[in-house]
Amino acid sequence: MTDMTDHPLLMPDARTKARNAAERRFRAYGLTAITLALAALVWLLVSIFSAGLPAFKQTFITFPVTLDAATLDKSGKLDPVEMAKVTTIGYGKLIDKAFAAEIEAKGIAHEVKPKELGDMISEQAGASLRDMVLANPALVGQTIQFQALANGRIDGYFKGRVTMETASRDKNTSPEKLALADKLRDAGVIAVKLNPGFLTMSDASDKRPEAAGLGVAILGSLYMVVIVLCLALPIGVAASVYLEEFAPKNTFTDIIEVNIANLAAVPSIVYGILGLAIFINFAGLPQSAPIVGGLVLTLMTLPRIIIPTRAALKAVPPSIRDAALGVGASKLQTVTHHVLPLAAPGILTGTIIGLAQALGESAPLLLIGMVAFVKDFPGLPPQGLFDPAAALPVQIYNWTQRGDPGFVERASGAIIVLLVFLVVMNAAAIYLRRKYERRW
Amino acid sequence: MSIGLLSLILLALATAGYLVARTRAVASAGGDARRLHSLPAFHGRLTAMSVLVPAAVILILWLIFEGFAIRGAALSQLKPSDVPDGSTMDLIMSDVGRIADGLNQLEARGTELAPLLASPDALAAALKDVGVAQGGAPTPDTILAAQASREALRTSRIGLSIVTLAAAVAGLVLVLRRITPEFRARNATEALSMWLLIGASLIAVGTTLGIVLSLLSETLHFFRLYDFRDFFFNLTWNPKFTGGSDLGIWPLIWGTIYVSAIALAVAVPIGLFSAVYLAEYASKRTRAYVKPLIEILAGIPTIVYGLFALVTVGPLLRDWISIPMGIGNSSSSVMTAGLVMGIMVIPFVSSLSDDIINAVPQSLRDGSLGLGATPSETIRQVVLPAALPGIVGAILLAASRAIGETMIVVLGAGAAAQLSLNPFEAMTTVTVKIVSQLTGDTEFNSPETLVAFALGLTLFTLTLCLNIVALIIVRKYREQYE
Amino acid sequence: MSVIEMKLEREVAAETIKIQARKVQVHYGTNHALKDVDVDILSKNVTAFIGPSGCGKSTFLRCLNRMNDTVASAKVSGSILLDGADIYDPRVDPVQLRAKVGMVFQKPNPFPKSIYDNVAYGPKIHGLTRSKAELDEVVESCLRKAALWNEVKDRLQSPGTGLSGGQQQRLCIARAIATSPEVLLMDEPCSALDPIATAQVEELIDELRSQFSVVIVTHSMQQAARVSQRTAFFHLGHLVEYGETGTIFTNPKDPRTESYITGRIG
Ligand SMILES: Nc1ncnc2c1ncn2[C@@H]1O[C@H](COP(=O)(O)OP(=O)(O)O)[C@@H](O)[C@H]1O
Ligand SMILES: [Mg+2]
Repeated sequence: MTDMTDHPLLMPDARTKARNAAERRFRAYGLTAITLALAALVWLLVSIFSAGLPAFKQTFITFPVTLDAATLDKSGKLDPVEMAKVTTIGYGKLIDKAFAAEIEAKGIAHEVKPKELGDMISEQAGASLRDMVLANPALVGQTIQFQALANGRIDGYFKGRVTMETASRDKNTSPEKLALADKLRDAGVIAVKLNPGFLTMSDASDKRPEAAGLGVAILGSLYMVVIVLCLALPIGVAASVYLEEFAPKNTFTDIIEVNIANLAAVPSIVYGILGLAIFINFAGLPQSAPIVGGLVLTLMTLPRIIIPTRAALKAVPPSIRDAALGVGASKLQTVTHHVLPLAAPGILTGTIIGLAQALGESAPLLLIGMVAFVKDFPGLPPQGLFDPAAALPVQIYNWTQRGDPGFVERASGAIIVLLVFLVVMNAAAIYLRRKYERRW
Repeated sequence: MSIGLLSLILLALATAGYLVARTRAVASAGGDARRLHSLPAFHGRLTAMSVLVPAAVILILWLIFEGFAIRGAALSQLKPSDVPDGSTMDLIMSDVGRIADGLNQLEARGTELAPLLASPDALAAALKDVGVAQGGAPTPDTILAAQASREALRTSRIGLSIVTLAAAVAGLVLVLRRITPEFRARNATEALSMWLLIGASLIAVGTTLGIVLSLLSETLHFFRLYDFRDFFFNLTWNPKFTGGSDLGIWPLIWGTIYVSAIALAVAVPIGLFSAVYLAEYASKRTRAYVKPLIEILAGIPTIVYGLFALVTVGPLLRDWISIPMGIGNSSSSVMTAGLVMGIMVIPFVSSLSDDIINAVPQSLRDGSLGLGATPSETIRQVVLPAALPGIVGAILLAASRAIGETMIVVLGAGAAAQLSLNPFEAMTTVTVKIVSQLTGDTEFNSPETLVAFALGLTLFTLTLCLNIVALIIVRKYREQYE
Repeated sequence: MSVIEMKLEREVAAETIKIQARKVQVHYGTNHALKDVDVDILSKNVTAFIGPSGCGKSTFLRCLNRMNDTVASAKVSGSILLDGADIYDPRVDPVQLRAKVGMVFQKPNPFPKSIYDNVAYGPKIHGLTRSKAELDEVVESCLRKAALWNEVKDRLQSPGTGLSGGQQQRLCIARAIATSPEVLLMDEPCSALDPIATAQVEELIDELRSQFSVVIVTHSMQQAARVSQRTAFFHLGHLVEYGETGTIFTNPKDPRTESYITGRIG
C-alpha cells in the first residue's frame, strides 16, 4: 500500500489534539475521584485497625497469692454472708502484699517506692480475686497462682502508648515503674497475652480502661437486633405484601408510599426523640432498656425493610400469579404459596442489611438513655429486656468521652468487633443474593 | 398474672381452638371433608386468629396506656408541698418509682412490708439492703404514692388478664359456634388477614404521626415557656440550667449548614466523577469490584466516622493546618466534621448518580459519538444534562443525610455555638444540641430540655422538605426513561 | 411505469471510490457477525444495504465510522479505506473520522436540548464556526437542507424532544450534516416513521446525494429501489451481491438475492 502519512485523517489537527487532551484530563479526574474515595476507605480502616487491634491483647501480671484465712474469713466458718463483708479493698491489700513479696523473692532490684508498687496492678484485680473466692470459698487458706490485670499505664507501655518520656510527666505512673515492668517481663512475671475478657467483661470505671469489656454491650445489641428481627420482619413483609399485591392505587396508598420513602430518609436521631417521647415519657418504659432500643430501632428499620421487600415482590413475574390464580387459588394463597417463597431471597437480603444498619446505629440510643454506665449484665429475656444494658455503638461513644487515653484503644477495638459483626451480616446477605438470585 | 404467663395461656387457647375447630368442621360434614366449603385447616386457622388477634391488640394497647394510669394514681397521692425547693415533681416521681421497685423486691424476698411502710427510716434501711439507693429517708407521702402505684399496677394487671382472656374466649366461642359445612372459613380468614396486612402498613403512617405529634406537642410546650420570637430571632445560644437562657437557633443552623456544605463540597465532586468514571469508562470487571468497595463507605456506622474524626482527622488538621497557620487550635472543627462527613456521603452521591447515568439511553450517547464527539464531550454535554434532575435528587438526598447526621458532628464539630466563618473553629449543629439537651439528667418542663423538641421539629421539617423534593425529582426522572 | 423501471432511467454518474472495504470481519465475542465483506462505496451516490434481520448490515455500517469501538466485545479486522487512508490505522482518531463520516440512527435520538443546540452541537465540538452569527447560519442552512426550517424556525429554543417522530428524525439528519461530513451513514432511518414522514426523509436523501455520499440500511426493498443507485445484499454475515440497484432488483445473479427480493427469505 502506498504511504499515506500526509493524509488528513492520519494527521490530527491542533483542535483534535486539544480535545483529546481534555478527554484524558477528564478521565484522570474520574480516576482521581475513585482513588480518593478508596484511599479514604483505606485510611479510615487502617487508622481504626491500628488503634484498635491492641485492645485484643492485654498485659497480665502473674504471681502467687496466699488467700489468708485470717483476713478473708474471720469467722472461720466459710459463711458466704460473713465473707462477703470483706471488701475489694481488703483483697487489693492482699494482692499488693503478695506482689511485693514476689518481686523480693525474684530478687529484682528497683527504685519504686514500696508503697507505690501496688499501683502497677489494676484496681480491678481486687474485685476479680474477691469474685473468685466468693464463688469458690474452698480456696481460702490456699496459695494460688493469680493472674492480675496490669494497670493501664503499664499496659500502655508495652503497647507503645506510654513512653518513659510521657511517664515522667504523668502522676499515675513513673519511669521507675516502667523500668521495673521491663525487668518483670524479663523475669516472666509480666506478659502480654490475648484478652478474651475484652469480649466478655462488662464496662469499667474511668480509672481502669484495662478492665473494660464489651460483654454487656454485645448482649444488649444482641437483644435489640433480635427484637428488631422479630418485629420488623413480619410487619415489614405484611406491609409490603399489602402495598404491592393488594392495595388499590389511590391517594391514600400514594401517601403511604411517599411516607415510607421519607421515613427511610428521616434522620435517625428523630427516632430517638420519638422513642423518648412515646416509649419512655408516655408509656413509662424504663430508660436504657433493650426493649425501648429495640422498639425504636424497629420503627427506624421498618421502611428500610419494606423498600427492598417491595422490590423483591415486584420482581416476581406476573405470569406466576396468573398461573396460581388460574388453578383457583385465592389471591392470598397465591401470595403466600408462590410469590413470597420466590421473593424470599430478596426479602432476606434486605432484612439482613436493615438489621446491620440497626446494629450500627447510635444516635437514637443516646436519647433513650443507653449511654448510662451499666456494670451488670441484663437478665434473660423476656424480663431481661427491661433491664438496663448498653449497645455496641453507644459503648464506643461512651468510651470516647472518657479521659484516660486507654479508652481510645478500647473504643477502636470495639469498632473492630462491630465491623466484624457487620461484615458477617453483609457477607451473608451477599451470599444469599448470589446463591438465590433469579433473573426472569 | 404475669404477661408471660398470660401470653402462654393465649397461645394454648389458640392451639386448642385450632384443633377443636378442625375436628368440629370435619364432624359437621359427617366426616367427609369434601362436603365442606373450606378446608378444615381454614376453620382451625380462623379460630386461632380470632383468639389471638383481638387479645393481642388489647394487650398491647393496655400496656401502652397503663403507665399513664399508674403515674396518675401515684401523682394523686402527692401534694405540691411534697416537692422541696430545688427539686421537681419528676425527680420525686422517679423516687416513687424506685421505692415501688424496692418494695416489690422486698415482697419477693418474703419480707413483711407493713412495719416498713409505717417507718420511713426502717424502709430506707431495708431498701438499701436490696440495693435501692435513696437520697434520704422517703417522706410519708412518697411512700403512699409508691404504694398507690403498686396497687394501681396490680389492679391494672388483674383487669388486663380478665379482659384479654374474655376477649380470647369470646373469639373462640363465636367462631366455634358458626362452624357448619357451608361456613366460608377461608373467606373469613382472608378478610381477617387482609386487616392484619392493612394494620401493618398503617404502622408506617403511625410512625410519622407519632413523630409529628410528639415533636409538635412538646414544641408547643416549649413555646409556652420560651418566646418563639427569641427562638427564631435571637442570635445567641447559651443555655443555663439555672434559667435565663438564650436559646436562639441561628448559631446551630449556621453550624449545620456550614458542616453540610463542606461535606457536600467534598462528596459531590468525588462522588460525581466516580459515578461518571464507573458508568462510562470502567470495564465491567472494575465496576463490579469498585462500586461495592465505595458503597462500603455508606455501610460503615457513623460512630466509626465519629471516632475517626476525633482521633485521626481532627488532630491532623489541627497540627498541620490550623496551628501552623494560626487560625485555630481546636481539633474539633467545622472542617474536621465536614471532611469526614463528606467521605461518608460520597456513596450517596455516587451510587444513585451511577444508576441515573446508566438510565440515560444509549441512543443519546451513540448520537453524540456518531457526530464525532469525544466520550468526555458526550458525557459533559449530553449525558450529564440529561441525567441532571436525577443527580440533583441524589445530591439533595445526600444533603438531607448530612444535615441529619449526628455522631460525626457530636465527636468532630465541637460544642461551641457561634456564628463564625472560620472553618477551623469548633462550632455546633442542631443534632449535637439535641443530644446534649436530652442526655444526662433531664426534666421535661424546663425550656432548656424542651428546646430539643423544637430543634427536632426544625430538623424534621428541613429534611422532610429536602427528601420530598428529592424523591419527586428522582421519581419523575425515572418515569421519563422507563 | 414501475418503480424499478423508473430507477433504470436514472443515469449513474461515473464517480470516484469514497470508501473501499476489503475482507472486513467482525466478531462479537464468539459470534462471527460479518465475514469477508468487500465493498466500494462511491462518492455522491446513495448506497443501500439490504438483507434479513441480523445479517450484519448495521454491524458493517458501524464499522465505517468506527462506532463499533464503543462495543467492548466487538473485534474488527480487514481494511477499510476512506479516501485511501485506513480508518483503523492506530494513528487515526475516531473523533476526527466521525466528523467526516456522520451517522443517523434507527430511532430518532435528539438530545434533550433545544432544537438549535441539537444542530449546533457538532459545529461547536469540532470548532467549525468562529462566531455566533456564523453558527446561526450553519444551523439555518442545515435545518433548511433537512427540510425542517419552515416548521421550526419560530421555536428554535424549544426542546428537540418535543417534535414529532418524523421531525425528530429530520432534526437528527440536520444535526449529522451540520459537521459537513463527506459520508452520511443512515441505519434504517425511516423504520420508526409513518409513511408521510418516510416520504419526506426519502426526498431529503435524494437531495443530500448532491453533496455527500450516503449509505442507508433499509428493510424496505421499495425504499432501496426508490432512493439508491447501488445496492448491497447481505445474508448471514456475507455480502452476497453488490451492484447497481437496477441490476440487483431486475437481474440478480445470486439465487439468494432473488429469493429475498421476491419475498421467499427474510
Ligand atoms: N452489540 C452487540 N453485541 C453482540 N452481538 C451483536 C451486537 N450487535 C449485533 N450483534 C450480533 O451481530 C449480528 C448482526 O447484527 P446486526 O448487524 O445488528 O444485524 P442487522 O442486519 O439486523 O442490522 C447479529 O447476530 C447480532 O446478534
Ligand atoms: Mg440493524
